[in-house]
Amino acid sequence: MTPADVETVYETLALQLDAVDAEKRELFLAKLALLLAHDVGDAAQACRRIHEAAEDLDV
Amino acid sequence: MRPAGRAETESLYFRYPHFDPPADRASLTVHRPVAIVGAGPVGMVAALGLAREGIRSVLFDAKATFNDGSRAICVARQSYRILDRLGVLAPFLGKSLGWTTGRSFYRGRQILEFHMPDGPDEKYRPMYNLEQQYIEQFLWDAIAREPLIDARWQSAVTAVADTGDGVRVSVRDPLGAYDLTADWCLAADGARSAVRTMRGKRLKGENYEGRYVIADLKMAHDYPTIRRALFDPDCRRGGTILVHKQPDDIWRIDYQLRDGEDEAEAIREENVRASVAAVLQELGYDGAWDLEWWSIYSANTLALDDYRDGRVFFIGDSAHIVPIFGVRGLNNGIADADNIAWKLARVLKGAAGAALLDSYSPERRGATLDVFANASKSARFMTPPTAGWQLMRDAALNLSLRHAWAGELANPRQMTPYTYVDSPIVAPDDPTFGAGAAPGAVLPEARVGDGFLSDRLGPGFTLITTDAGLAGALDRPDLTVVALAPETDAARTLEMGPNSAYLVRPDTHIAARWRVATAAAVRDALDLAAGGVPE
Ligand SMILES: Cc1cc2nc3c(=O)[nH]c(=O)nc-3n(C[C@H](O)[C@H](O)[C@H](O)COP(=O)(O)OP(=O)(O)OC[C@H]3O[C@@H](n4cnc5c(N)ncnc54)[C@H](O)[C@@H]3O)c2cc1C
Repeated sequence: MTPADVETVYETLALQLDAVDAEKRELFLAKLALLLAHDVGDAAQACRRIHEAAEDLDV
Repeated sequence: MRPAGRAETESLYFRYPHFDPPADRASLTVHRPVAIVGAGPVGMVAALGLAREGIRSVLFDAKATFNDGSRAICVARQSYRILDRLGVLAPFLGKSLGWTTGRSFYRGRQILEFHMPDGPDEKYRPMYNLEQQYIEQFLWDAIAREPLIDARWQSAVTAVADTGDGVRVSVRDPLGAYDLTADWCLAADGARSAVRTMRGKRLKGENYEGRYVIADLKMAHDYPTIRRALFDPDCRRGGTILVHKQPDDIWRIDYQLRDGEDEAEAIREENVRASVAAVLQELGYDGAWDLEWWSIYSANTLALDDYRDGRVFFIGDSAHIVPIFGVRGLNNGIADADNIAWKLARVLKGAAGAALLDSYSPERRGATLDVFANASKSARFMTPPTAGWQLMRDAALNLSLRHAWAGELANPRQMTPYTYVDSPIVAPDDPTFGAGAAPGAVLPEARVGDGFLSDRLGPGFTLITTDAGLAGALDRPDLTVVALAPETDAARTLEMGPNSAYLVRPDTHIAARWRVATAAAVRDALDLAAGGVPE
């Protein structure tokens, strides 16, 4: 992905997060994570990213 | 519980028999090879299994009739194979409803249809629905015909003491109290096992959060025998509901209680009626119905560390309690009874070494732990225990509306018989085989001529071989040799070449297999599978 591609995804996700009801945001993100993991097609890679995303949350 | 105005065993469809305590008091204290505590389904299967081997037993039950209310309803293929070998299956086949299919719904929309493995090569369907009362009735009918089983009702076992070379069992019935000795004791006295307490043993494990009301009702509902699971339905937002068809127009509805919903309130008759009515509306049924029985349930995974305590073996719910939604409780108990029966019989007859009995606990406890792993998965899906599990479950269900792969997470994956991996009496596999059914697994079914491979098995051990010469080289009393032509369906299913062989145990688990078999290897495997040569 080019920096421009990443930016497109970043913006689309921000807009969509604002568009869904606040109390549905978690559900939305969980669905998205499963969908993308399925697209990646590599369970080990998906699990690594899950652990990675949990890092630095309290910085 | 039953509706107000109906007695404890006043069923809409089943007539409970009444059994008196033994009238003939003269022979009560005669020594028996095996004493079985508990004439629930598991104790009865054990008694029948021993009788089939020619072993006499005494079977005690504290009650005057069968278990009250419908409990187990789903009987798996492997249990039917066991009942078939016991020669008692005909009434089960006549009454039960076989099924293969399950459907899951999310907010009223179907998200999954699963099919359990089945086909023309299988003699029995993967699952049959039959109320536990009938299971007990049909087993009892066979026991009543069996002279080797001395069944005693209203007879509570109050102590089981070691005598050195056996046990002394103390019994109390309405006419008196007495002791009798036996070589071995099978504790089949259920989830609240008194023998377990007497022997100072404890179940260990986990309790799960979700609470369910289990209700049976009678209605003329026109829907095939398909298990339905309703997730997050309109009538019970946030909850899960299971619906099963049983014979005699009886339907089982399990519905989950909400967090904070008061149990005492939930099981009051008018509240059960209102909840059931809401489920029926969701199912689109608007005809008449009648409430049969209900109870409250929450899942546990509990087991003993060791299913053997000297001369006492724990079988069925006395040894393990598994969540009912995996439908393994009774099915596993039947397999326990089958497992101990053939082993104990051979040790009693001097045809096997005492070490054979040491294989019971690792084999059957392994099966329990396997159920725990699967059951924990399905319990977490049906009743998510924490916010994380809840969110992912909801995400999967929501995704499943558009993506079938997400719906697969709702597949309960019920029932494949356990492979005895850590058994001291199962030979290591011959590495020249591909996948297939390895030693420890149940022998796969296959077509042979007009019938099935399982019909060919002998009463004890069976050698299935494509090497016609092998039969002549093996003359053992407990061994039946079945010759298969190479290139037949059955030989292909078993990946057999021209000189291959499978050694099958009396419980139809594979003891050993060889791509190229020799008589010497078969003899060694037979000795191993029989726990060594008797002293
Ligand atoms: C609601 C519900 C649904 C279920 N659904 C399924 C299912 O679909 N599939 C499945 O496989 N399993 C299911 N189960 C589990 C199944 O019912 C049990 O696993 C099964 O009944 C166990 O049989 P058992 O013979 O070990 O014990 P029990 O059936 O409990 O029998 C024990 C017997 O021992 C007797 N006893 C107790 N103490 C003494 C004593 N001191 N002296 C003499 N006798 C004594 C009792 O009177 C009783 O008859 C379900 C259970 C429940 C509650």
